[in-house]
Amino acid sequence: MFSYPTVRTSFIFVAIALVGLLFSDIAITSSNPWQDLANFFLGVVTPNFFSSEGLMTALLRTVAFAFVGVAVGSASGFLLALVYRFLPVRIFCNFIRAIHELFWALIFLQFFGFHPLTGVLAIAIPYAGIFAKVYSEILDEADPGPRNLLPSGTGVISAFLFARIPDCWHQIRTYTAYRLECGLRSSAILGFVGLPTLGFYLEASFSQGLYSDAGAMLILFYVLIATIPIWVRPKLLPIYVLSAPFFLGEGLPIVWGNVARFFTQDIVPAPLRNGEGLAGLVPWLNDLMVNAALPGIWNTVILTQIALVATGMLALLAFPLVSNHFGGPVRRTFGHVFLVIARSTPEYVLAYILLQLWGPSMLPAVVALALHNGGIIGHLIGRQTNGIRLRPDAPKGFNRYTWELTPRIYRSFLAFLFYRWEIIMRETAILGILGIYTLGFYVDSAIQNIHFDRALVLILITALLNIGIDTLGRYIRRKLALQTMPTC
Amino acid sequence: MSAFEVSGLTASFGGERVLGPLSLRVDKGDKVALVGRSGAGKSTLIRLLYQEVGRDASLVPQDLGLVNALPVFHNVFMGQLDRHSTWYNGWTLIRPFAADRSVVSHLLGELGMAEKLWTPTAALSGGQRQRVAIARAIYRQSDLLLADEPVSALDGPRAHQVMALLRDRFATSVVAMHDVELALAYCTRIIGIQDGRVALDEPSDRLAASDIMSLY
Repeated sequence: MFSYPTVRTSFIFVAIALVGLLFSDIAITSSNPWQDLANFFLGVVTPNFFSSEGLMTALLRTVAFAFVGVAVGSASGFLLALVYRFLPVRIFCNFIRAIHELFWALIFLQFFGFHPLTGVLAIAIPYAGIFAKVYSEILDEADPGPRNLLPSGTGVISAFLFARIPDCWHQIRTYTAYRLECGLRSSAILGFVGLPTLGFYLEASFSQGLYSDAGAMLILFYVLIATIPIWVRPKLLPIYVLSAPFFLGEGLPIVWGNVARFFTQDIVPAPLRNGEGLAGLVPWLNDLMVNAALPGIWNTVILTQIALVATGMLALLAFPLVSNHFGGPVRRTFGHVFLVIARSTPEYVLAYILLQLWGPSMLPAVVALALHNGGIIGHLIGRQTNGIRLRPDAPKGFNRYTWELTPRIYRSFLAFLFYRWEIIMRETAILGILGIYTLGFYVDSAIQNIHFDRALVLILITALLNIGIDTLGRYIRRKLALQTMPTC
Repeated sequence: MSAFEVSGLTASFGGERVLGPLSLRVDKGDKVALVGRSGAGKSTLIRLLYQEVGRDASLVPQDLGLVNALPVFHNVFMGQLDRHSTWYNGWTLIRPFAADRSVVSHLLGELGMAEKLWTPTAALSGGQRQRVAIARAIYRQSDLLLADEPVSALDGPRAHQVMALLRDRFATSVVAMHDVELALAYCTRIIGIQDGRVALDEPSDRLAASDIMSLY
């Protein structure tokens, strides 16, 4: 079995995760974790939809921020896709999408404050980078035949409109709709840094122990996402996009003095600002590296590797839940519901809830990342097994799982897993804001202490780490000849 | 008067020469049929001629080069994208102008598929797709037609009708085809290709079907 490179790679990653476990802090620290968990589930099954009028407003704001952010991101991403073949554009796009929405929100909050622009840009900027990459890949795959047949004097734009766009239109639409779903999740978690979306009310309900309110919010969010095919219709889309900007709320006005100060003073490294010159920069950077960046990187990498393996194990355990090769329709329906819930809940929300219940450690983060990402991959490969036709006398049950199905889907399973590696790392870093000692924790502390110069350097380091993992993931996928479509 | 003249054409595939060296002079008014066994190099020759002559010729390639996501009308209209402004073309994508609609509709009528004007190209049969590519080539209104098996998916009477239309609409044409009877009926000059070289080049009125069969 070890002669397969895919198996060898898998075991190397499992070994890394096991070593990582030795250095991690995995524990349940709260005094009464199971009681809290039971109370929470009791809240979910007894949701209170009428506690405050804020709930509906929060839902509306969540949708509005998602629409405006994704629309702006998609339009700018499309323009970037047209020039994506130029290296500087590719580097720029890689960079802006390596920074998480919440980090962008934290940056904009410092100078735009609680203005709607903060939330819109926090979604639009990283999404533009992702859209640019995927749109350009889709456009590159358009059939070149019709283009070569056009009359010689055809204008560039006419040729593009007739011979390229129609061929890709379906894929572009599918991907954009899919991103809208991701946008709703991003929009919801922006509430955790204070924007008026679902996350804000979820945090408020939780901190007061109002589990039924929190349960209502989660249920509404699942319904919102599960019914996207019903309420997002091509004909209605222009109406949504045009009206969404009017539902973002007033927020607080932008103080332009803050904007100027942020760029001319706040983010200038302290030694330079205080006139210590370049000589002061070395100890400043040294202190930053030793006390924040290195511990942050160390914890982020460890947590990412453990979460990656946990995600893989959960996905492999979960895919039979939705596969036609196992169980009856009742079991599969429950499997679908479980996986829809797992993948619709943003990692950040899962981690927040588990952290409230189990107390601070890496455990809630690992479980949250594994549930969300394992739910997505389990759903995708489970669906894939439905296309496999087994011989009539194929073994049943556990043997079918181990001998027939798992070997056949293992390659695409690994492809999805390595594709999500970078996404898991990006999320791991951000979970630091909740109090786990990953890079996000140090960014958040720097911002709390009004050290924006330090925060910005740490965000840059996080972005570089993500780009590095992305490159490594792509290298491994190429080495193992794994192919996949983008997921978010 | 010469429509075009090429010399020393060669093509290799995987290091092996599949065509040429080959020289060819086609006069204005020539209706050339390229005949020969499959794999003899007819398609390669058509492609090379298109590269030599440039995009002023109308081309019907074997794979047709249709945009599957667009309706028949727009695929035909693409033959004249160079004659209008970008705005005109862009608006046509959303809402075609009446004048263009009637011209394209008339042309499709001549090809026996007027009712398919707004059908997505992806939903058409093989023979219908072939006629859309032919309609686009005719709509292009150039003097020279280069076509690679343009009627291979059409049944007998329809193939005759389309070949007659192509003969009347293009001053000069070079058409690769495997149907010897059609070639003799609608072309004035027969060029036989064998192993990548010209093995036969005669006016069609001096040939009988049996003369051509020796190439196969």
